[in-house]
Amino acid sequence: MAKTTNILIAGFGGQGVLFAGKALAKMAMHNGLHVTWLPSYGPEMRGGAANCSVIISDDEIGSPLVPEPDILIALNIPSFDKFEPHVKSGGMIFVDSAMVDKKSARADVEAHYIPASRLASEEGLAGLANVIVLGHLLRVTGLFDYDAFLADLVSGIPASRSALVEGNTKALRIGFEY
Amino acid sequence: MAKVLMKGNEAIAEAAINAGCLYYFGYPITPQTEISEYMAKRMPKVGGLCLQAESEIAAINMVLGASSGGTRAMTSSSSPGISLKSEGVSYLVGSDLPAVIVNVQRGGPGLGGIQPSQADYYQATKAYGHGDMHLIVLAPSTVQEMASLTGEAFDLADIYRTPVILLADGAIGQMMEPVDFSARTPRELPEKDWATRGHGGSRKHNIINSLYMNPEDLERTVEERYVRYRKIEAEEVKYDTFMTDDADIVCVAFGITARICHTAVTMARAKGIKAGLIRPITLWPFPNDAINTLADTAKAFLSVELSMGQMVTDVKLACGCRRPVDFYGRTGGVIPNPADVAKKLEAMASELGLRS
Amino acid sequence: MSIVFDKPHALTDNLMHYCPGCTHGIVHRLVAEAIDELGVEDRTVGIAPVGCAVFAYNYFACDMIEAAHGRAPAVATGMKRTHPELVVFTYQGDGDLAAIGTAETVHSATRGENITIIFINNCIYGMTGGQMAPTTLPGQITTTTPYGRNPKIQGNPVRVCELLSTLDGVAYAARVSVDTPANVRTAKKAILKGFKNQIDGKGFSIIEVLSTCPTNWGLSPVEALSWLRENMIPYYPLGVYKDIDSGEAEKEAK
Repeated sequence: MAKTTNILIAGFGGQGVLFAGKALAKMAMHNGLHVTWLPSYGPEMRGGAANCSVIISDDEIGSPLVPEPDILIALNIPSFDKFEPHVKSGGMIFVDSAMVDKKSARADVEAHYIPASRLASEEGLAGLANVIVLGHLLRVTGLFDYDAFLADLVSGIPASRSALVEGNTKALRIGFEY
Repeated sequence: MAKVLMKGNEAIAEAAINAGCLYYFGYPITPQTEISEYMAKRMPKVGGLCLQAESEIAAINMVLGASSGGTRAMTSSSSPGISLKSEGVSYLVGSDLPAVIVNVQRGGPGLGGIQPSQADYYQATKAYGHGDMHLIVLAPSTVQEMASLTGEAFDLADIYRTPVILLADGAIGQMMEPVDFSARTPRELPEKDWATRGHGGSRKHNIINSLYMNPEDLERTVEERYVRYRKIEAEEVKYDTFMTDDADIVCVAFGITARICHTAVTMARAKGIKAGLIRPITLWPFPNDAINTLADTAKAFLSVELSMGQMVTDVKLACGCRRPVDFYGRTGGVIPNPADVAKKLEAMASELGLRS
Repeated sequence: MSIVFDKPHALTDNLMHYCPGCTHGIVHRLVAEAIDELGVEDRTVGIAPVGCAVFAYNYFACDMIEAAHGRAPAVATGMKRTHPELVVFTYQGDGDLAAIGTAETVHSATRGENITIIFINNCIYGMTGGQMAPTTLPGQITTTTPYGRNPKIQGNPVRVCELLSTLDGVAYAARVSVDTPANVRTAKKAILKGFKNQIDGKGFSIIEVLSTCPTNWGLSPVEALSWLRENMIPYYPLGVYKDIDSGEAEKEAK
């Protein structure tokens, strides 16, 4: 039976929802796995709802939709409210607890809380709360090797923007060690 | 070549450039604007040109001008903009000009919505322009196919001197998947001795034209074109099947919907329903023979679409109405879940008395 | 015997379909003479409109394309952008250029497409049998303005050269007439300049030619010429509306 992981990442536009999904998708591709990345799309505006569905599988992927995620990353309250009930039994939820002051009431899912956006602003890592959550997800799920993921994450950043490499490296580490 | 993670829209753009299309004329519209943006970024680097036209109408006519000179050119849009291009498309057909037109469909009619749709099926396959005409219609269902069918579209257009439409949808356009651009072998192409690029003093002047005042002359050109259409129908049908060998119920679906059906078929099989899927890759020519053959063994068909069932008639005609053809679909930009389709398959199985 | 007057090489031997007294034939000849004099027939592509000049592709000996109604400047854009070495011209009437094709005209002009546009203004739709054109004069009777064009109802005429001369991309905009031998000579110079501009890469040139339509105006060819002089020229004054060369000359003089 094929091993397939359905991931849903949701939050406000501007929180790096699509980027976080793309980072996971790229890593999966580089590991030789099948992968799809499907964004919500609409008027180009900051602050609107944004989400993306990522499916990672060792077999061909049919539908790219993720109506019932194995892993949900919720970066704001509306996303948490909307998608938390749909997480598969036995699945996981990662919550930016600085943005979402709620706990999952479900006993059949494993919820992890990390105040990612607060950690990001404390450490001067504005806009990198998404990467902090990814770091935490890597440690909890073991989905990808940490070092390989970090290398993949910063590989696309041009040399002229070395501060970004530093920021991403630090953010991933903070999340991983939280 | 290594695979790259790319949006479907971007894959179309890169594949067009790989196919030697160095001229792109477009006008922004969601959900296909990434094609314009990608072209704007890449074309200057490969010595090409991305020109933002004043309208969809102008864009298609710029393509007509470029193609008249024998140059590969492309335009793209989404449903409302595609309607605007229909005049130019009919002229391209009437002038026997190759061109590639991409429609990343969104919901309609009117301004409709911006979410994925397949409701331009009739328009693409039956009546994209006025007059006796067909277009080759290709329906990609993966980002890889967005790339490979774009290359194929250019070759088909040149071989048959006809516009080819790549009928995608907002989901495949927006989604990212790994894509390999070296996966396709280009076809052998005829010389474009009909092109208007200056007679050079060496031949009689060429005329690119769709006007014939004498009815018999027009009839003759249309009939000649239909001979070509018969050849396309005989040689260029493309489709894919999944678990159809022993299938009692065969889903017929293309584009994003075929992927949903693929998953739904697996779900139905897990419940003991012998479901299968045939995915037309060419919507025109339609895989009539393949569906007719499946009708020998299948007990029913289910057309699954992001529309109100525009493909149903084609499936009925393909199987000669020998089997019931049911329909499941959502429209307006709503995408059904595989579970919804699987439920429909279960209901059909019960009706047909197929539940064990 | 020496030949002192001959058909330009850039015209074919096909008989033209234009009505007696129509000035399309003169303008075709002027365009062909310009192509001959510049020696560019082998690398010229002309684009015919929809309207009376729809069959222009049968009359010019260079490569020709027949465009959809109003779209010739867009077709020309596609042709010229992909083959900059070619000389590309459109030949359009008033309905084609100034009604249905206004957007294509204005935007190819403002982009400064390096093409030449020959614009035939005869204040009427000829091919469909005498309906109101965007350039039909106030008070002018046509089959769709049977009581005369009333600007309050049918709106005002369009002055194309004046309009386009405000756009940066335009190198040359001139209005000429072919009602007298002297005016024909001026028209010839303007058309030649329009083609030269393109060869020199100067950008968009438009030559508006005031023309007659005796058939649909309901006048004899001679009366039509008088009608043009008495009615059209006062509303559409002849002259050069824009010429980037004269601008440069002025700057140099200062």
